[in-house]
Amino acid sequence: MKIHIKNGRLIDPKNNFDGVTDIYLAAGKVAALGQAPDGFTANREIDARNLIVAPGFIDLAARLREPGYEYLATLESEMQAAVAGGVTRLVCPPDTDPVLDEPGLVEMLKHRAKSLNQAHVYPLGALTQGLAGKVLTEMAELHDAGCIGFSHANAPLIDTTLLMRAMQYAATFGFTVWLRPEDPFLAKGGIAHDGEVATRLGLAGIPACAESIALATILTLMRETGARVHICRLSSRAGVELVRQAKADGLPVTCDISINHAHLCDMDIGYFDSNANLIPPLRDQRDRDALRAGLVSGVVDVLCSDHTPVDENAKQVPFGEAEAGATGLELLLPLALKWAIEQKISLSAALAKITCEPARILGLDAGHLSVGHNADLCLFDPAAHWRVAAPALKSQGKNTPFLGYEMLGKVRMTLVSGHVVYES
Amino acid sequence: MTPNPQLSEDGALRHLLTIEGLSAKLIHSILDTAESFVSVGEREVKKVPLLRGKSIFNLFFEPSTRTRTTFEIAAKRLSADVVNLNVSASSQSKGETLLDTVDNLAAMGADMFVVRHAQSGAAHLIARHVAPHIHVVNAGDGRHAHPTQGLLDMFTIRRYKQDFTKLKVAIVGDVMHSRVARSEIHALTTLGVPEVRVIAPRTLLPTGVEALGVHVYNDMLQGLKDVDVVMMLRLQNERMSGPFLPSAQEYFKSYGLTADKLQLAKPDAIVMHPGPMNRGVEIDSSVADGGQAVILPQVTYGIAVRMAVMSMLAGTQ
Amino acid sequence: MQLPDPEQLLSQLASALKPRLRANTALVGIHSGGAWVAQQLRQRLGGTLPLGTLDISFYRDDFSSVGLHPQVRPSDIAFAMDDAHIILIDDVLHTGRTVRAAMNELFDYGRPAAIELLVLIDRGGRELPITADLVGAHLDLAPNQNIQVTLDPNNNLKLSLHER
Repeated sequence: MKIHIKNGRLIDPKNNFDGVTDIYLAAGKVAALGQAPDGFTANREIDARNLIVAPGFIDLAARLREPGYEYLATLESEMQAAVAGGVTRLVCPPDTDPVLDEPGLVEMLKHRAKSLNQAHVYPLGALTQGLAGKVLTEMAELHDAGCIGFSHANAPLIDTTLLMRAMQYAATFGFTVWLRPEDPFLAKGGIAHDGEVATRLGLAGIPACAESIALATILTLMRETGARVHICRLSSRAGVELVRQAKADGLPVTCDISINHAHLCDMDIGYFDSNANLIPPLRDQRDRDALRAGLVSGVVDVLCSDHTPVDENAKQVPFGEAEAGATGLELLLPLALKWAIEQKISLSAALAKITCEPARILGLDAGHLSVGHNADLCLFDPAAHWRVAAPALKSQGKNTPFLGYEMLGKVRMTLVSGHVVYES
Repeated sequence: MTPNPQLSEDGALRHLLTIEGLSAKLIHSILDTAESFVSVGEREVKKVPLLRGKSIFNLFFEPSTRTRTTFEIAAKRLSADVVNLNVSASSQSKGETLLDTVDNLAAMGADMFVVRHAQSGAAHLIARHVAPHIHVVNAGDGRHAHPTQGLLDMFTIRRYKQDFTKLKVAIVGDVMHSRVARSEIHALTTLGVPEVRVIAPRTLLPTGVEALGVHVYNDMLQGLKDVDVVMMLRLQNERMSGPFLPSAQEYFKSYGLTADKLQLAKPDAIVMHPGPMNRGVEIDSSVADGGQAVILPQVTYGIAVRMAVMSMLAGTQ
Repeated sequence: MQLPDPEQLLSQLASALKPRLRANTALVGIHSGGAWVAQQLRQRLGGTLPLGTLDISFYRDDFSSVGLHPQVRPSDIAFAMDDAHIILIDDVLHTGRTVRAAMNELFDYGRPAAIELLVLIDRGGRELPITADLVGAHLDLAPNQNIQVTLDPNNNLKLSLHER
């Protein structure tokens, strides 16, 4: 399929390009930029006037809820949500049911996702069998089946010896370990950040040190084992500082924050809004500001959606009984743009956080638009407003603390491997 | 963010969910109304026909005899029909959600729900959900709020001390887990008490408690000096020995109210307790039964205050 | 319209009431206007009669539409109601609903031997079968007119006419 995209403003952070230019796609790749290749006849002409043309977004955390949680969401609905959000590649955590700890399960998921011909799905394998924290998984087999890394999702990993061995084992093969730092004892029973808001609302708190204690353990074990680690969903200023120091010391560590933590803090719980029940909890304003600043300075590498569709009924309960999580695939772009505007960051620098930076962490040749390379694109209108409400979302997860908010930035078209997979 | 469901558009009280957000004027008007109900309670016929024909459902998800009983008495003295529902944890786990239970009861003609629940925010959830003509009274949600207790405590203080703006008040005990403490703190600060103190070991003080407008004391001997009101909090059994405290005996030694320690307060200081008391743990019997304790009057006033709250809510359109 | 002089009305009422007093008579004034009238009458009658006040907020029939009055004051009946001869006193008699509520409340205190109704002004417009035994003055007012009894700075009664 030969496609000619004209009049669009191409922003490609990796190649440092920002300007109005023509883009020519053929055979799933970028055939040329600016001038048409000789003899190029387009099957389809797309007028991208007033739109931004960016590399398709890469989301490091999106729960698709298959296998096992089909009552919450299906692959079909969530993959629709992904491309509606401009996401062309996504990483899904292993906390499905059953857990992604068997090569067969991984193959099946990859196969299912591939057959939908939408975004590319990169599953993370479980670090331990059943995520029970006792026995290592067959990481080499899982990698061959398609796992891009190994994660412990939100399951507690209490045994430090096991954590160390898991990291050593992963390091043996050069696999990246994905860990969300949280001390399970300090987090037990907690549902909100342990601070003034939780005190006032009478909610059991998880102190920020639950994150920094676990993070310090992980970083120390990194020094011991040489493992490469991606830190998932930082939530505190202490956490940011630990990562900053570790990077300065040359440790092979990367980290992400979710779109929710980039903007909200514990005050947004308001009058017990269950939509603000998240893992990790929303911490205080200073923590939020440190996370935002970390994203600017690069201590925090990427922004991810942390897409977690939850059944509406699981939110229509008292705050402490609600299931944690928020929908996010369709909010990744507008919330990245919002952060950029508020922090006075260029569009290019903002888009880097959801294109070439995640690609770098995954070790993929993606997140950029270079001649001869794969053509994943997102065309979006940076000036379009839309209100976050259930009918506007393709995901089956309708719950987000941003319900009712006005967003700026609407995806108009998404292409994967040179094919249009979404247009509005 | 959801709006405050407690007040109607014109600022009238539609539900009573928490003392936080109520003005001093509104609190005083509740106390004034309660005064009238005290005199009703002193008559031969202790009933008034105000809520005749109204159905009040006591929806208690946490067991409680005393609070439920005072609400029941209060409702009956208003001539309302009262239905008591003790929803045990097991029937909840049979699948019916909190809101489904509420919807079913509303379909049976409930005009008002008095709700006690183990989760903070439960009363808010119900209040946001019910039809406009139904009112919700929070009888205690998790560790968040117990507004009628806070109000009856303020009524008691007003009766004995009159002017809030001249008082030093000390709240002693497990502030961290106490909805009573939070409601008392909001009420005292709103009514202009210049010095509100909390006295507890650090393990029983929640993070950032000073932001609620209190002075923190870990030393009870310092904290009780010259206070006009001592408000004791109940220590739950499960907290007496574990990560929060080593033993009830040690707790009593440092934080129990004895006659000696009470001497540090003003000579006419009053001693309050929301009940039920753990004698010998947070309070010595000699104090609990002594002349400065106003614990039994608190119970009487509790009926009048709850009558006032229910009639004010029922009268709001 | 020429409004009567409240002082004159009080004198007339006191004279009319005097012969009806019994050993077990008590005055009960309905808040707030009736309480002022009762107070004034008690003074004119020697200042020794038992005096009670009633706040009928909890007995009104319009609670569903109007709600609870923001300023509820306690009723105060310090004497025994059983077998008492009550002179129930209000400032203005209009629909009769206030008197109905007041009588219901009196009966929650006990069983009086008899109740007689005394009002400063009867302005007509009855909606219930209630008649005053002693009336200071009859005034024929239009539905949109309202007569108010207030206290002036010297604690004397004052009448004023209002139009909606």
